[in-house]
Amino acid sequence: MPFRLLKFALSKEHPEPRMFRQPDRLKSNYDAVIIGGGGHGLAAAYYLARDYDIKNIAVLERGYIGGGNTGRNTTIIRSNYLTPEGVKFYDESVRLWQDLSQDFDLNLFYSNRGHFTLAHTDSSLRTMRWRAEVNKHFGIDSELVDPSEVQKACPMIDMTCGGHAPILGALYHAPGSIARHDAVAWGYGRGADLRGVEIHQQTEVLGIQIESDRVTGIETSHGTISTPRVLCAVAGFTPRILDMVGLRSPIQIHPLQAMVSEPMKPWLDPIIVSGSLHVYVSQTARGELVMGASLDPYELHSTRSTLDFAEGLAAHMLELFPFLSHVKVVRQWAGMADMTPDFAPIMGKTAIEGFYLDAGWGTWGFKATPVCGKTMAYTVANDRNHDLIQDFSLSRFERYELVGEKGAASVGH
Amino acid sequence: MNQRRLPLISGEWIDRSQPIEFTFEGTRFTGYVGDTIASALWASGQQILGRSFKYHRPRGILSLANHDVNTLMQSGQKLNIRADVTPLEDGMTLSAINTFGGVMGDRASAIEFFSPFLPVGFYYKAFNSKRLFPFWERLIRNMTGLGQVDFSTPHIRTAKRYDFCDLLVIGAGISGLSAALSAADLGADVVIVDESARAGGSGHYQLGNDPLQLEKTNELLSAVENHPRIRLYTQTQAAGYYADRWIPLLDRDRFTKMRAKTVIAATGAYEQPAVFRNNDLPGVILSSAAQRLIYRYAVKPMNRAVVLVANADGYRAVIDLITNGVTVVAVVDLRESSLKSDVAQTLEQQGISIFLGYCVYEARANPGRDGVSAAVICPIDVNGNPQTGFRQTIACDGIVVSVGWAPAANLLYQAGTKMRFNKRLQQFVPEVLPSGVFACGRVNGVFEFEQKLIDGHRAGLEAAAHLGFDSQIEVTISPELESPSHPWAIVEHPAGKNFVDFDEDLQYKDFLNAAQEGFDNIELLKRYTTVGMGASQGKHSNMSALRILARITGKTPGEVGTTTSRPFFHPVPLSHLAGRGFTPEQRTPLHSRHVKLNAKFMLAGMWQRPEYYAQSGKSREECICLEAQAVRHQVGIIDVGTLGKFEIRGADAAEFLERVYAGRYSKMKIGTTRYALMLDETGVTIDDGMIARLGAEHFYFTTTTSGATAIYRELSRLNTLWRLDCGIVNLTGARSAINLAGQYSRDVLSKLTDLDLSSVAFSYLAVRETHIQNIPVMLMRVGFVGEWGYEIHVAADSAPALWDLLLEAGFEYDICPFGVEAQRLLRLEKGHLIIGQDTDGLTTPIEAGLEWAVKMDKSFFIGQRSLQILAKRPIKQILIGFMLDPNFQGTPPQECHLIIHGNEIAGRVTSVAFSPILNRHIGLAYVKPELAAIADLISIRLSDGTIVSATITPTPFYDPETSRQQEDVTQLQEVTV
Repeated sequence: MPFRLLKFALSKEHPEPRMFRQPDRLKSNYDAVIIGGGGHGLAAAYYLARDYDIKNIAVLERGYIGGGNTGRNTTIIRSNYLTPEGVKFYDESVRLWQDLSQDFDLNLFYSNRGHFTLAHTDSSLRTMRWRAEVNKHFGIDSELVDPSEVQKACPMIDMTCGGHAPILGALYHAPGSIARHDAVAWGYGRGADLRGVEIHQQTEVLGIQIESDRVTGIETSHGTISTPRVLCAVAGFTPRILDMVGLRSPIQIHPLQAMVSEPMKPWLDPIIVSGSLHVYVSQTARGELVMGASLDPYELHSTRSTLDFAEGLAAHMLELFPFLSHVKVVRQWAGMADMTPDFAPIMGKTAIEGFYLDAGWGTWGFKATPVCGKTMAYTVANDRNHDLIQDFSLSRFERYELVGEKGAASVGH
Repeated sequence: MNQRRLPLISGEWIDRSQPIEFTFEGTRFTGYVGDTIASALWASGQQILGRSFKYHRPRGILSLANHDVNTLMQSGQKLNIRADVTPLEDGMTLSAINTFGGVMGDRASAIEFFSPFLPVGFYYKAFNSKRLFPFWERLIRNMTGLGQVDFSTPHIRTAKRYDFCDLLVIGAGISGLSAALSAADLGADVVIVDESARAGGSGHYQLGNDPLQLEKTNELLSAVENHPRIRLYTQTQAAGYYADRWIPLLDRDRFTKMRAKTVIAATGAYEQPAVFRNNDLPGVILSSAAQRLIYRYAVKPMNRAVVLVANADGYRAVIDLITNGVTVVAVVDLRESSLKSDVAQTLEQQGISIFLGYCVYEARANPGRDGVSAAVICPIDVNGNPQTGFRQTIACDGIVVSVGWAPAANLLYQAGTKMRFNKRLQQFVPEVLPSGVFACGRVNGVFEFEQKLIDGHRAGLEAAAHLGFDSQIEVTISPELESPSHPWAIVEHPAGKNFVDFDEDLQYKDFLNAAQEGFDNIELLKRYTTVGMGASQGKHSNMSALRILARITGKTPGEVGTTTSRPFFHPVPLSHLAGRGFTPEQRTPLHSRHVKLNAKFMLAGMWQRPEYYAQSGKSREECICLEAQAVRHQVGIIDVGTLGKFEIRGADAAEFLERVYAGRYSKMKIGTTRYALMLDETGVTIDDGMIARLGAEHFYFTTTTSGATAIYRELSRLNTLWRLDCGIVNLTGARSAINLAGQYSRDVLSKLTDLDLSSVAFSYLAVRETHIQNIPVMLMRVGFVGEWGYEIHVAADSAPALWDLLLEAGFEYDICPFGVEAQRLLRLEKGHLIIGQDTDGLTTPIEAGLEWAVKMDKSFFIGQRSLQILAKRPIKQILIGFMLDPNFQGTPPQECHLIIHGNEIAGRVTSVAFSPILNRHIGLAYVKPELAAIADLISIRLSDGTIVSATITPTPFYDPETSRQQEDVTQLQEVTV
């Protein structure tokens, strides 16, 4: 029993303060306003306050903190991407992740499980070798392994996948991890709040004021505020915010669904991903299997669930793990993924002065939470794109300088 | 053993003539057919049925309504079986899940001793040392989890079916039956489902000893059962509500996907527990559960009961208990004043004390800790606070709770219903229902028997009217005389253990503490405390949590709002969702031929293609090498029927192709073919193939195997968008194709056709429609593998005959079938690239060396504008050929190994193979343009870090002059692209 739990038994009152305050009203001006109280927005607020001494910040959240994609993803954290830009960026994120529980003094259940991406075709083996080689070049623990390694790590898996898609090998990424997603938002939220940041929940942005291509203020459901700097970190709602400032982006919104089983005793240690079978799965500390698949193949601004998704994912789960036939699915849900053409994010400064973008997070946003916070804080504080995000700017689409992360990001998780 | 079994109860579900033997935790028990696991065990006096999730406290029957998550059991391969509703089966070997040493002596119950140290969210506040977390995590993982998966469980393939109806009624209780009948009488085709083993709902057990109600229920049920337009399915649950009234119905053996024109939710309500200390002890049960025990399973819930009530249902339950031999020692009514009903008077006459304005303050455990020994009661003040100075202890062996209900509105929420909190009813009721969706009965806030009949009738009429049947809706529902639910059946206790959420072992104070920490809106509260996140998904806890939060924040429950309801209603097995597991596989018409030839198949998209043909005593590599050599030296034959095959006709056919492909086709001569490259809007190479002109307004063209489906979809979209005068037909499945290649290919073919195969008459890249014997074919002269060759397109059903003819005719030339691997090697020798392998998601034709196939001076094609922009920018990489030293001995590079220059990534290998004819390794690679000079050396880094040196070589590696595809005797002018 850790000592720190002693206080709960010894004190008469519950000895914990609020993790974050609920400010009564918006002030009339802020040094910076962050739209979106998800992991990304709160992380940016946290690092702005901690590292750049910018504390007069409002985080505006339409619903409740961590209620968007931060709380809807399948919590996989990894850095085995394909492009040098991506690899360096996510590697920094993984590094930050590993210390967050201690930094926050809040246990995020950052659980290092190892991550296997299964190959069922020789073309996927080729792409995985490419990823492994690029990863290793940048010092990331990533390798192409034989089917025997998959079997060793997960002896109960059906190596033939029902005879349809034999496992030919896998990309193994030892640092692959999962974490308790909600707690990430709370940790950053508490850290930001402690340093003076105001978190305004149930506060919707209605418009953004711009004068001669400069941000000057924001209209919200609770009044208008003036600010010289606005960071937009709203994932699936990005197109709506961009409409307010008249910027165009190639982002398309696709639903991304997931589901979770009843808890069972632990049996699945690593994270298993199969692009061909459209499955990714891990077992949480509570014993549930968290399962996901690929994006819905059409654009839709909605978080409704579909039956086809549950049916398809279940069928593929049983191809990999036929013995789960009696295991029951408790719940399914969906998020809105803001997809970009090259499967890389859109970050940094924009054509509008003082308007910064943290978007295009598609299906890979959760794992990037810490590094996004850090690099966006730098970018907002210095009005200069951080080195790690130079290649992710919105203007790359006009410049034909795409990042080409599709091979590692689609159904990658 | 059946010590608690009552004498015969009219309408009981058990069949006393069919006893069932089973074991629980190693002890033998007997029950009857018709029992659930829980009812049989309870009948035998077994009260501890399971252990709770966090503190491992003993738990028994709570709801008997499919949310008793603390009594999950394991029987053989089945895990997390819900004992409260699962029918007992002969020979079951049951045990409680997640115990350490058995349900009776669970060692993990020691955790309760530490409970003061484990407040809400304790795991967020400790174990976070980076060094020690893995240790704690292992411990936590082993403590959590419910049942155990048996890895020998087979892949169960459950049947699925589709069904349709005018009206789907969900819930066959009183209001549901009434609704079904009313709609069916007007002509609607009705399906009514109920998750219970029998229909009738509370009409069969919430009797208050009213024989008339039972009679009416049975009359109604019999009318429904005998109605020609009603299908009644019991033991069938509606698992979720999806868009457009798409509702999966789940029974034991089947998953039915129902598309209903209208839906009536008659889903009832979940009876809610009262929150007081030790409210989780076995023997503290909900009134509806007690009544189910009696009337369904003829089991006496307890001998001496204290009944905690706050509604009319509670008094009915008291009557039912007394009628069936339970001694009711006290009725404790949370309300200050309840209606002086006849019932209450009768009870008082019988000497039963009624304590008005009292609560059960705590339940006391018996010495065996498997049940209740007493209820401690005390008055409450107007705010619901217990006046502990006036406590009294009443000995009893069970506490029956009837304090309120929460609507089973899950499906209504999923359908998008707007619900409103009705303060008088203390319940959320539908306010705005989606079109075609109706609600009746308790979920609609109607509780009394007669009123439910009327409300169901109304919903049935409304649904019928929506369906277009002639119906007059003039129905009035009388308001409830008293509220069915108490606003605050929650009693604080300094020692806690007053549980709000039984799944997750959450006590009252956990909510106060969570709110104190800032989790004071319903969604955050749920996520921090995990209320409602257990297997019952909050069916017995969400309402209490909401009331607590409302009180803390000074809001009404309506203002606090509810969390999002999502599928599933009850958990659904993966086997039901998966069904039979449809995994489509595509086989070419020649599949059986390949099998006979010992082909080793590989997956290409969904296609099964021969990778190579195995020969006994030879390795894979040897077989591939022999196949390639046969093509180079004699003649080979390969099934290329997986290519995408399309036909386009119309006045604008040429214009359409000009727009979607990068080359020029409008001036192609009839009877010729041309290579075609497809780009996307960003100028990236996405597909290639051959276009054959068969007429002025008629082309035939191919795509890659993997691209066929997506390209067809995109072309169809573009054709719709542009509205050109042309039509595209996908012939991929209807046609097949065979490639015949090698120096004797012409000799083989000439044996089978009268067509003049000379270069003069049938030049390279020409196309002819002709017959091979009597099979109509289309012949294209191609050279993908670098030899004289023909691609023969044929109707799919003629392909096997054609294949046989070609093999027979080729016998004298040692014709050899070759697979995908040999073809990949042969094309590499010829320097031909494969889209997708030698290109990636960003490769432009310039980088891939395919500029010759792009005609920038056309007026428009997809990708043109991007290429114009890209042409002004420096090129980032270029595809080159390379060779290893002929004497190279080590491990050769593999595809996607990196080119390294000055310790930086300078490119990657896309194709590599050992060429038997050149006797060395050859390959293609992308490198930076400045490193791409012919004869320069490049460094390839292998997986183990070794560097292999290679020489940049012009392509084709093999036969650069293309002499192999030219006439030996007379060198004739070739048609070139």
